[in-house]
Formats: sequence, structure tokens, C-alpha cells
Amino acid sequence: MRIVRSRGARMGALAVVTAVVLSACGSGGSIDAETKANEEQAAESGGECGELNMAVNPWVGYEASAYVVGTVAQEQLGCTVNYKELKEDVSWQGFGTGEVDVVIEDWGHPDLEKKFFAEEGDGTAEDFGPQGNVGIIGWFVPPWLAEEHPDILEWSNLNKYAKEFATSESGGQGQFLGADPSYVQFDEAIVSNLDLDFKVVFSGSEAASIEAFRKAEENKEWVIGYWYEPQYFNAEVAMQRVALPAYEDGCQDDPQTVACDYPETELKKIVGTDWAASDSTAVSLVQNFEWTNEDQNVVAGYIAADGMSPEDAAAKWVEENQDKVDAWLQ
Amino acid sequence: MTATLSPPAPKPVEPGAAPPAEERTSVSRWIPAVVVLALWIVVWVFTRGDDTLALPGTSRTDLHDRLTEFQNDLLAGRSTNPLMQFTNSIADALRSAVEWLQRMIVLPNFPRPVPEVGWLGVVAIATYVGLVVANWRIALLVAGSFLSFGVFGFWQDSLDLLIITGISVLLAVVIGIPLGVMIGTSQRANQVVTPFLDFMQTMPTFVYLLPIVLFFGIGPSAAVVSTLIYALPPLIRIAGFGIREVSATTVEATDSAGQTYWQRLRKVQLPMARKTIIVGLNQTTLAALSMATLAAFVNGPGLGKPVLAGLRINDVGTAFVPGALIVVMAVMLDRTTTAASERAEKVARGGGGDVRVRRGLLIGGGIATVVAVYLSRTYVSLAEFPTYSVGDSAASAVSDAVDWFTSTFGGATEWVKDLITNQFLNRTQALLADSPWWLAFVAITVLAYVFGGVRATISTIVCLAGIWYFDLWHDAMITLNMTLVATVLVMILALVFGVWMARDRRVDLGIRPLLDAGQTIPPFVYLIPVLALFGPSRFTAITAGIVYAAPAAIKLVADGVKAVSPTTIEAGRSTGQTTWQEITKVQLPMAKGSIVLATNQGLLYVLAMTVIGGLVGAGALGYDVVYGFARSEAWGKGLAAGITIVLLGVMLDRITRAAADMRRDDGPGSRRAFNVRLPIGPPR
Repeated sequence: MRIVRSRGARMGALAVVTAVVLSACGSGGSIDAETKANEEQAAESGGECGELNMAVNPWVGYEASAYVVGTVAQEQLGCTVNYKELKEDVSWQGFGTGEVDVVIEDWGHPDLEKKFFAEEGDGTAEDFGPQGNVGIIGWFVPPWLAEEHPDILEWSNLNKYAKEFATSESGGQGQFLGADPSYVQFDEAIVSNLDLDFKVVFSGSEAASIEAFRKAEENKEWVIGYWYEPQYFNAEVAMQRVALPAYEDGCQDDPQTVACDYPETELKKIVGTDWAASDSTAVSLVQNFEWTNEDQNVVAGYIAADGMSPEDAAAKWVEENQDKVDAWLQ
Repeated sequence: MTATLSPPAPKPVEPGAAPPAEERTSVSRWIPAVVVLALWIVVWVFTRGDDTLALPGTSRTDLHDRLTEFQNDLLAGRSTNPLMQFTNSIADALRSAVEWLQRMIVLPNFPRPVPEVGWLGVVAIATYVGLVVANWRIALLVAGSFLSFGVFGFWQDSLDLLIITGISVLLAVVIGIPLGVMIGTSQRANQVVTPFLDFMQTMPTFVYLLPIVLFFGIGPSAAVVSTLIYALPPLIRIAGFGIREVSATTVEATDSAGQTYWQRLRKVQLPMARKTIIVGLNQTTLAALSMATLAAFVNGPGLGKPVLAGLRINDVGTAFVPGALIVVMAVMLDRTTTAASERAEKVARGGGGDVRVRRGLLIGGGIATVVAVYLSRTYVSLAEFPTYSVGDSAASAVSDAVDWFTSTFGGATEWVKDLITNQFLNRTQALLADSPWWLAFVAITVLAYVFGGVRATISTIVCLAGIWYFDLWHDAMITLNMTLVATVLVMILALVFGVWMARDRRVDLGIRPLLDAGQTIPPFVYLIPVLALFGPSRFTAITAGIVYAAPAAIKLVADGVKAVSPTTIEAGRSTGQTTWQEITKVQLPMAKGSIVLATNQGLLYVLAMTVIGGLVGAGALGYDVVYGFARSEAWGKGLAAGITIVLLGVMLDRITRAAADMRRDDGPGSRRAFNVRLPIGPPR
């Protein structure tokens, strides 16, 4: 394979290399000196925290919680924090092998609890209590729609507008946009049990749902779908919730007959049993960690809207909210 | 690698003669096909909607739950399972190998604040390797690529990806060459191994990530193993093919000298197949790179991580820069391995340029490298890559450009989507998916007979029966329909651009890099813009499939048309042919083999994007796989969907291959391997 390059290009490449080397040299320090300093520091500190393996599930709100706890553990307790980017199921598998210590935001996984909690499963994981965020799940429409047709926020009026929601995917019925399959969804049952003239089309991923809602708000398109908060996107487009028949205890027990709204979910911390029993100082930090949806949305906004790295976003929030952090460190 | 790109040799034709006679036989196949289709439609009118075996998106059957149990049992027995203990020890070894390499070149090797060899040393070593195995041009390419990793701000992730790719390819060679020898020398071994290879290449990764984590743990080890599974088959197939292709006369001649099996292998077969084996190695490397993003789903280190981070915040720019660096890495590795094999060839033939000049170059380069390594071990600034803002500006520039594009053309694209969906996609889907399952079963089988004969019919019946058994018939038909529609669109693009490229060398040179990028950039990068244009829909999935599949098909058609003998074309011109006549009467008919091959590859490439389609609203099998990966209670459904995709792939492969009268064999050239990626790069 011949690569044709002019002489100029060659000289250019050489110049770039030289420039990079020279610019780097300017601020040069000696590695030997830093190595010595590190050795001395390691000899002094006791290292009571050890390693903290923090699962990072793939959504921004989770990332915000994980990095805030991780930053506090690292900066204020001296832990070595390993962030592991994993889906929920893989994270839970990791408790037993010690590859994962903490899942910081769990939206409810009865099947995984059955496998990994002590009562029915192998007891490698345990519930570490609520982390303060409340998950609100439901049917949402973009704000322009709620404004122009306020009655749409009541489910009984949805059939009136069903034709408007039709797309090339929904075969003449209205399209209801189902979500990322990571979430428990009963929409197919709700649609049929409430006799709604809609067809559920699954977006398949959070990215796809967000793009659909964003596009709908920009171009005033008709979209209704499964959505939730806390979610960073709600700061950009304030999705409006449609009221379904109110949730009552037990109304979602049989997946076939669901005809009610989703309950509010208390988001939980799940940790590895072995790690929880260890004497790591991070255990009590994770146990005490609790914050609000607003807190999380601030950090998620830093990451998603301002494009900060999760580390920087968390550090910024920790700096601004040391009082809240101190309460976790009691 | 020339062999890989060359289409089947066209039959010699008298200048000015009519198109070859086989043309007519293939036309006649369409008549019974149309009759079958007409009959299908007639029965469909009366039975439409009956027995379609549709299953709601979040429902499962008993079979799926039984499959889930299999995974649950594995999980429950993980502390006692001896096989898992064995694989876990392999995983530990892999993990320590990766970590050791990371401490050498990527991560601080405590108590040192930096790795053993800093960035300057790494760039110098890599450049020197390029110089040693190839030439100074490649060395410059390598240096430029490595510097771009750092300048764009992904030094660490890039090196991580190189480490994972390197270890995976090394393991692929260790495992693949012996297996390649086996299937190259024994027909029976070939028959046994081939289905496994088909399976490994078409089974969606999402299906086996969860078990892999069970056997090999999270992180680098899982990344290496999942990469290996996908990247191993091309090497085995192509190595086997190369050995099989060693001329029988040569083997007989040397056999008559009384050589043993090992002597024949080591002295005759392997050396003569070496060039082909290197093509396989090249393919394996590229396949390994294409796993980068998927490995990131189980915390595999590498450039896939920032790509997924971009996807999380729906920011195309953030995902684009690391995605483009994967392309840079692919081009670098592709050109380097190719140039290395060419150089080795030359040296073996006694060429290779002036030895004295080269020796001087090597010694000088070696000294410079040693100095660079020493410097990078001494100064922090030569160890840690300096930060530049180029990457961030590039990311925001890309985001802005895409925003402008989507807001400007959003309306038009919506129109195209609705047109194709309503006029084309929905109609064919109504026939395939709304037919009773037995009707579609019979109709597809008869069509397979018409196009592919008895052998293809048997494969088709077996595959369809399997699809029926796994309880996802309706989803399978929807996916099949999307695959067929996307392939038709791919072939339209392939014919237009392929012919254009073949007729105009400048067009070829201009388009090739875009094709290379389309083939190697992770689909996750362009999901967001495609979604912004079309919203979550089957058409979005089809578009993603086309972006991925069209490059391969275009290249095949272009190379096929280009190989049509110039004398034939000259002869045609002398009789006063118009350009249009020249294309339709001479070039395309004579490149028919390449066109069928392009169709075969197009189908398989599009099918490989099914799961990506599930992430952008296509539903059907792709969604089922994603669902199975996302929720452990549905893992069995994901597995069933994955197997169904494999069965669809095998079926389409066998039918198109039989239709083209292709020999059942695996290797580059006209007998292209099932789902083997094409080498990327300019024409030769």
C-alpha cells in the first residue's frame, strides 16, 4: 500500500514532532524526585480505606452519584477508587467476586435481588438503604404539547389525539415510545387494558428516547413516551407527565393486567456483603450517603450540559457542598 | 492481499461478443420466482394476520425462561464449577498481563508517578518498529498516528486499546494457526469447525457478554476474551484456505521425495500460504478493533469508553473524536501489516533495497529510540502527554456541524423516511411478517430452491425450523424484511458508486477513505446524528446498516467492474457503444460474480447491525437481544434472538452462495469467507 506524501508533508510531520517535544520539555520536572516523594508518602499513610470498586451504570444521573461518593472517598478518606463502567446485571454479578463493591443507584431489580440477596439467593449482595433520590416514572409529553393541548395530560383524553401521534412505525395507531429495555415497562399492557388506540414502539435506548423528545420539542412533533426523572435532559426540555389511573398497592403485580400509573421508586444503594463487613472507612460513607434529586441534577448538568468530566463535576459539587459531605462522613 | 480484492476471473469473451450465456439462465430464474411470489400474495390475501406467532416486546415464552435457567444455573454454581475455576485462572493471567503492560506504557507504575516508558519513548519505539518491519513511510504514519492519539486527548485510552488488541491478536495467532492448519489439511475438520466459526461471527456480542463475565470476570480479561471470540474466525478461515490452495502438484512433487507430514507443513504448505495467512492476520486485527466499543460495556479499557461516554450524554462530538481515533488506529495497523508482508516478500526474493543504507537507518533509528526512551524515563513532561485543546475544539466543531446539518435537512430526511417506510418497507413487511408462519416458511423454502437449488433448500429448511423453534418467528420476519430492504438499498449504492469508481480513478481515490472510515468507525458514533435525522424507527436502523454495509459492497463491485478486461471494453467502443450500453451490456454482466458476492456480503453486514438497530427503535430481534442483555430475567429471550440471527445469517449466506454457484469454501477471493471483513485501503 503506497502512501504518497510530498516532501512538504514530511517536513511538516517532523516539525510537529519537534514542536511537541520542545513544548513538553519546557515544563519538565524530574521523575526520580517524584518517585521518592511518593515512596515517603506511602510509608507514612496507613491506608485504612483500601480499594473501593464503584460500579458506574450507563446513565448520567448514576455517574453523578458514583463520582461524588468516589471523589469524597478518594480525597477525604484516601481510598483508591476504581470506577467500573458496567450494566446493572453485570455489576451485580461482580459482588460475589469482589470486582464490584457498590452500586449507588438501583431502580429496583426483583430478579437480581432474588439471585443475590441472602434470603433466596447466594447472599453476595445486600440492600444498603435509600440514597435519597426518588425515581418518578410515567408517561410524558414534550412541553409544547402540554401547553397547546393541556387536556392531553389526562390519559382519558389520549384517544382523542391518537391519530396525531401516528408515525410510519405505528401502523395507523398512535405511537407510544417505549424506553430502554433496562427499565421495567408495562406500557403494552396499560395501552391494551385502558383501551387506548396506541401501539408501543420501543426506542431501545435512552439516547434514542432523548433524541426523539428533543426533536419533538424543536419541531413541535407529537410524541408521547415512557420517561423518568431524575434525568439531566429534563433541564433542557421539561417533559410533562400525563396522569394515568393512580397507582395503588398491588396494581402492577400481574404484568398482564396492569392498568395504572407507575409508583414512585425510592432509589437504593446495593453493596457487596463481604465489602460491607470489611473495616474499610468507605463503608460508613456509602451507608450515610444521601442526597436529593436537585443535588443530582446539578452534578448531572455539569456533566451533560457543560461537558465537564465526571471527576471535575463531582469535585466542583463537593467543594460547594462541604456541609452535606460532612454529614456523610460522621 | 491482492488475492482478497480480486473478483472471480471473468470468462474470456471474444471481443464484441454478446454477454455470456449464463446471463440468460439467471434471468430465467426470476420467472418461477415471480410465480412463487404471486402465489404467496394470493394466499396471503386470505390468511393475512393468522398464526403470525407475534410476541409482545416484553413477553417471554417457557422456552426462553428455560434458557434463562441455564444462565442462572451457571451463576448459582460459580463457586464450585471446576471449568469456571479454570477459566478464572486464565482470566487472572490475562488481567495481570494487561496490567503489567499498562504499568509499562500507560498507567503510573507506583511509586513512580508515571509509567516505566513515557509517551516520547512509546512513540519512538512504535516508530522504530514501523521502520524495522516496513519502511520509513510507514514509520512516519505510525509516528503521526501515535501523536494524534495524544494530541486529541486520548493517549491513555488509545494505548489501552492497543494493548487489548495486541493481546487478543497474539492469542488469535496462537490458537488460530494450528486450527487453520487443521482445517486446511483435513476436509472433515473443516466441516466440523466451519459452523462454529459461522456462529462466532454472527452471534451478537451482547448475548454472550454476561456468560463471559461469569467465566472471565469484569474488565480487561472479559474484553480480551470477547474480542478474541469475534476476531479469531477470519484468521482460521483464511489460513485454512491458504494452505488448501497450495497447488496439489507442488505437494505431490515434494511428497514424492518422501517427506513427512510435518516436513510438508513446515517446508511447503506454510511458507507458500504465508501471504494469505498475513491477510487473515490483517482481517483479525481489524475485527478485534471493531470490538472496542462492545468491550467497553464490561469495563474493557480502550477507546470504546469515551465513545460510550459521548453516547450517554447524547453528544456526537464527544463520541466522534475517539471513534475517529479508532479509524486512525485501524488504518495504521492495516497499512503497517500490509507493508510488512510486502517487505518480507521482497526480502525473501532477494530485494529490499540497498542493505547498507538500511542498516545505517536501523542503527541510527535504534540509537534515537534508546535516547528517547531514556529521556521519557527522566522528565515528567516527556512521560505524561501534554494536554491540548484540539480534541475539545474538534468535538464541538463536529457537534456544531451535525446540529447544522440536522436542523437544515431534518424536514427532507423525514420525507425520505416516510416515503421508503410506507411505500417499500411496510409493504414487504406486511407480506413477510403478517403471513401465517407456515405460509412464509413454505414460500421462503421454495424461493430458496429456485435461486439456490437442493443444497440451499435443505439449509433453508433447517434454519427456518430452528427459527420457528426459538419462538421468535414474527420478530425474525421483521428483521429479515429490514435486512432485505437495507440490502437492496446497499446494492443500489454499490452499483452506482462501484461503477463510477471503476470508471474514474480520481473518484475511486476520493471515495476510498470515506469507505474505510464507514467500515471501521464504531456505529455508536453515528447513532446520535442518524437518530436526530430520522427519530427512533426501523428506517434509522436501516440507515445505520447501510453506512456499515455499503462500503464493503461498493468496493467489491468497483473491483469487479475494474477487472473486466480492457480489450472487451475497447472492442465494444469500436462498435460505437454508448457509455450506458457499455455499463449495462458489458461491464455489469461480466462483473456478475462480484455483484452476487457483494450481495452476500451486504446481507451479512446488514444483519450484523441488527442489534444496533434494536438500540434505535427497530424493535424485533435487535431489541430482544438488547432486552436480554439489559434484564437478567430475559437473558434466555436474548439468547433465542441471538441464535435466530445466526440462523438467518446462515440461511441468507447459503442461498446467495448457492445462487452464485460459489464453491463451499472459505477464503479470500471469489470464495470469500462467510462474513469476512474486507481489507480496507486504496485499490491496487
